[in-house]
Amino acid sequence: MIVLSIAVVGALTVSACGSRDSKKGGSDGSGAGTTVVIGVDAPLTGDLSAIGIGIKNSVDLAVRTANATNEVPGVKFEIKALDDTAKPAPGQQNATQLVADKNVLGVVGPLNSSVAQSMQQIFNDANLVEISPANTGVALTQGEKWASGTKVRPFKTYFRTATTDAVQGPFAAQYLYNDAKKTKVFLIDDQKTYGAGLASTFKGEFTKLGGTVIGEEHINPDDRDFSAIATKVKNSGAEAIYYGGEYPAAGPLSLQVKDAGANIPVMGGDGMQSADFIKLNPKSQGDLATAVGLSVEKLPSAAKFIADYAAAGYKDPYETYGGYSYDSAWAIIQGIKAVAAANNGKLPGDARAKVVDAVQKVGFAGVSGTVSFDEFGDTTNKQLTVYKVQDGKWAVEKSGTFTG
Amino acid sequence: MNELPQQLANGLILGALYGLVAIGYTMVYGIVQLINFAHGEIFMVGGFGALTAYLALPGGTTLWLAVPLMLAAGITVSTLVAVGAERFAYRPLRGAPRLAPLITAIGLSIVLQQLVFSFYPDAKKAKVFPKIPGDAFQVLGMTIQRSDLFLIVAAPVCMIILGWFVNRTRSGRAMQATSQDPDTAKLMGIDTDRIIVLAFAIGAAFAAVAAVAYGLRTGQVDFRMGFILGLKAFTAAVLGGIGNIYGAMVGGLVLGLAEGLATAYIQHLPGMHLFGGGAWKDVWAFVLLIVVLLARPQGLLGERVADRA
Repeated sequence: MIVLSIAVVGALTVSACGSRDSKKGGSDGSGAGTTVVIGVDAPLTGDLSAIGIGIKNSVDLAVRTANATNEVPGVKFEIKALDDTAKPAPGQQNATQLVADKNVLGVVGPLNSSVAQSMQQIFNDANLVEISPANTGVALTQGEKWASGTKVRPFKTYFRTATTDAVQGPFAAQYLYNDAKKTKVFLIDDQKTYGAGLASTFKGEFTKLGGTVIGEEHINPDDRDFSAIATKVKNSGAEAIYYGGEYPAAGPLSLQVKDAGANIPVMGGDGMQSADFIKLNPKSQGDLATAVGLSVEKLPSAAKFIADYAAAGYKDPYETYGGYSYDSAWAIIQGIKAVAAANNGKLPGDARAKVVDAVQKVGFAGVSGTVSFDEFGDTTNKQLTVYKVQDGKWAVEKSGTFTG
Repeated sequence: MNELPQQLANGLILGALYGLVAIGYTMVYGIVQLINFAHGEIFMVGGFGALTAYLALPGGTTLWLAVPLMLAAGITVSTLVAVGAERFAYRPLRGAPRLAPLITAIGLSIVLQQLVFSFYPDAKKAKVFPKIPGDAFQVLGMTIQRSDLFLIVAAPVCMIILGWFVNRTRSGRAMQATSQDPDTAKLMGIDTDRIIVLAFAIGAAFAAVAAVAYGLRTGQVDFRMGFILGLKAFTAAVLGGIGNIYGAMVGGLVLGLAEGLATAYIQHLPGMHLFGGGAWKDVWAFVLLIVVLLARPQGLLGERVADRA
């Protein structure tokens, strides 16, 4: 709580500077032959860099594609990728830096919901559109009171192509209870916005279905020794673990639980569905994870993305959010295209504000399916997939659309 | 099922790991009264040294051969880094106020982390460390991992060797003399610079052993792993009485046990259900430290002022 309030106070202070900056230099967007920068904020180093670099590369691919096909006539796109190391404070500095660069007309990112919290106000004050390919924290678009039914969109500049925990947790609960026939689950989360959100929405749905949460634990995301918790899980008689958190801790957690002799699957959200989870965990066979959207590999609309990504020769894979990152960047590009088209092919002085309105209205067939946003800035695409580790790979177990 | 024996085993194994690292803090403090905050990073580079050795071996090498080689490589790298740090970062500040080497240590810690982060191939995320294959052992209702066997054997062996070295060898006695009174020791013909280097080297070697144990145990090493573990080990050293090598080991074991038991049992105490579990284990570990220091400011076994080693 203290950390959160510090972050909030920080957000207010820094955002005040941010808005001044943008007023000073934000209004001389000129016409043809201009360069537009699309900002990227993601963890490019550290534990989550595998996913973060996938995001950066996918945005880069979208930008290259737009430049190659001359998607917006007379506008050349560039990316500016900043590293938030998965922490709110660097994310906030990056937001201020992106806002200050008047060529930036849209930002893709961040990966972490907790980082997004620290950036939203800054982008909102500067009227700069931000589309996250990965944030699943519900409150980011629907306000703190979403659970009680009072949904208020806090920031009009914030959008996301990922669906929310409000959908992901319950979808996992339905899978575990209805399909996998597990009735006793041990719940663990890492106390971050993402992990705790997943765990609480999972718990709500799972108990509603008739399942029992047999034990609850919270870990520190930097811990790598879970032997004490593994012993508790083993002795609790749980049939599965649901873990709200990300792969750097999920890998050793799953491994140590199985080492302790509890041969039960660990299920998590999309933060766990990384190739590194399997690499760090030799006993990952049978573990499960939900991910938003349908499997990129299975989508006909994604074939071109996969081929282009391979052809572009990136060193790292596009990971979980590659398709969504591409779609996020493409939504910004489409927004800019609409703004330019409405202004005789030139970008107006207040391009940032106009791009926000244009992104709200975009609709196109993207990598992950139809890309468009509802009144909260959430994606209208609520498809999910359950993945299972089989022979060292995440294999599709079940796909579906979440209802209710 | 009663989980107490298993939680005790978990705690002792984790504690042995803390203890091995804590030796490094305590040895250096005992001789030069410097808290070497870079010691966590010495531990980390040891892990990377061992990993490098493993990756250099041809695939399929049996771990019976690989683990000793990894250990040798880890110890070599850790020791070289620690001795280098002593020579180039701490020795020039020998006569300076105490704060100067302390800050240098913190700076060195950041430098080492960033060096590994920037220059070790692909070290920006966690690297996979080999694990000893095979099922866990079942002993008296407890499950002991094969990978933990290494630690269970290595920690007591290291302690016995260290005890013998400090008490029975010429260099060990020179070390005790230096810690009691460096100036007099110098007058008696002891090369105190050599003794100080030796203290750094021994601490580093122990840290490298701990790093291999950590890697085998968690199946991964990453460039930040020394920070938290270093902090815990420093706590263990203070808990046991800084400057006292047996205290370091005891402090480590007590700390490991406290963490394991806090995770398992605190939340079952009446009225404490909100304060238990894995999220609070660090809090309880530090509460224990504060309570011990209030009751015994010199630590569990006492700070060895007269006969630090």
